[in-house]
Amino acid sequence: MSGKKLLEVKDLYTYYQTRLGEKIKAVNGVSFELKEGEILGIAGESGCGKSTLGISISGLFPPPLKYGKGSVKLGDVELTNINHSKLRKEILGKKISFIPQSAMNALNPTLKVKRFIVDLVKEHEPNLSEDEIIKRAAERFESLSLPKRVLDAYALELSGGMKQRTIVVISTMMNPEVVIADEPTSALDVSSQKIVIKLIRQLFEEKIIKSVIFITHDLPILRHIATKIAVMYAGEFVEVGTMEQVIFDPVHPYSNALMNSIIVPEKGIKGKKLPSIPGAPPDPRLEIQGCRFADRCPLADDECRKAPIEMREAKGRLVRCIKV
Amino acid sequence: MDKKILLKVRNLTRVFGSKKKRVVAVKNVSFDIYENEIISIVGESGSGKTTTARMMLNLLKPTEGTIEIEGEDISNFRGKKKREYWRKVQGIFQDPFASFNQFFTVRKVLDDSFKLFDVQPSKEEKDKRIRKVLEYVNMRYEEVAEKYPFELSGGQRQRIMIARIFLIEPKLLIADEPTSMIDAVLRSSILELLLSLREREKSSIVFITHDLGLAYYVSDRILIMHNGELVEQGSADDIITNPQHPYTKKLIQDVPTLHQEWAL
Repeated sequence: MSGKKLLEVKDLYTYYQTRLGEKIKAVNGVSFELKEGEILGIAGESGCGKSTLGISISGLFPPPLKYGKGSVKLGDVELTNINHSKLRKEILGKKISFIPQSAMNALNPTLKVKRFIVDLVKEHEPNLSEDEIIKRAAERFESLSLPKRVLDAYALELSGGMKQRTIVVISTMMNPEVVIADEPTSALDVSSQKIVIKLIRQLFEEKIIKSVIFITHDLPILRHIATKIAVMYAGEFVEVGTMEQVIFDPVHPYSNALMNSIIVPEKGIKGKKLPSIPGAPPDPRLEIQGCRFADRCPLADDECRKAPIEMREAKGRLVRCIKV
Repeated sequence: MDKKILLKVRNLTRVFGSKKKRVVAVKNVSFDIYENEIISIVGESGSGKTTTARMMLNLLKPTEGTIEIEGEDISNFRGKKKREYWRKVQGIFQDPFASFNQFFTVRKVLDDSFKLFDVQPSKEEKDKRIRKVLEYVNMRYEEVAEKYPFELSGGQRQRIMIARIFLIEPKLLIADEPTSMIDAVLRSSILELLLSLREREKSSIVFITHDLGLAYYVSDRILIMHNGELVEQGSADDIITNPQHPYTKKLIQDVPTLHQEWAL
């Protein structure tokens, strides 16, 4: 399955500018392509830069986030230097939908759900009447087997799972090509998590959306939804491969430790020795010579600390390590 | 092996509010915790698991029902008795930042735990023990003793809390989501430390968690709570491989695993 290339990120660098004049480097040279039909999972732990990557791809650089270098291309459109009003009018919500973490708690409590949908659709299709938009929204809700009454509810009347599903439906009203979802399931109970995942899968199968970037620390969920997985550490991708490659046969020492620390309720888990990595990720203010994982890596030697480590191919996927 | 009951919980009920706003958070819950045993109480948000934990810690009075420690009812414990209880039963919580007084150094936090002791050790003895427990949790006294909680990372703060537990040597540790704010690759070292409490001090541990995988990994027995009620309890293996209650079955079905298809 090799669909049309929708998004291309090349050597992207972004950072946070502090008032003290320091640069906190969050995304350090990330490159990847997203094709039609792909669900790319971006996995990593707190502070690795995965959420910042999500915002950066959307082309919005809310201060103190700053663009460093590199490019993000949606089709032929370069998003890193696009005019903001053009970005909002023609791209965001229409071609790319970015669902930030805990978006479900940001719904204005004084407005009914249908209001958000009307606002969004009007922005992109100003000629549609309100009634038409609401009718369209009702159809969308029905086709995804969500109750229509939600449209007339206020956000605080909805349960967590229902709120998150509503957010997903609102942000895909314009049938975007790329959906970036940042931890859409993390604040939910397991049963609601499953329902949200089901909804994303359904949007995908009904071709309402064409591709998804799914940012999460929850690897068992990626196991069941992602087609490709990128493991992120200290602002870099350290391994990019198919879901099967990364989950069941990780190559990079960091992804290996991460996959081995998964605990799920199934046979063979009890009594399993969990890996333990000493230390912490490097200070994001510092310039690092060689491998960013070297200080915590069991395989590292002087060679690893000499020069920046490039991505290379190993066992059919991309890995940022010279020891494997 | 004849196991002795450490904590006996009978018909525990807790109601919050009254009349229209009445919420029964815990309904008629009964279970035993044996000596040197690890159990987990598993439930989703709002299932009553944390309320149960707070009652077991004697931080909250039950509306009905009793808790006995080694055969003694805890409801009337005051003053010295209450202190003795906290010597035996200690807690550790999800957000280690919230457990600290932000104006106290690590040294002061650890020093203060000796207040639970009947006989106060000498200053040298306290010092020696504090150094020893910090070593257990892989931290260096010189590096952390004079630090304030905001100068430590989440993992470090949680390890200080565990060092405190090693100092107090409780018979029962109630760990409420102790690793849910900690990164996966650090989680294993925290779990290992907690589990070593059973080996070292012959303590019992209750994990309060929503994470069925974690519960299965650490426990001898699992208790499942739903809407304030205890719906099923059994050995960890039985619960996971042969659940009986419909809610337990649904819960297990809803958790994604690695090797079974997730019925979406």
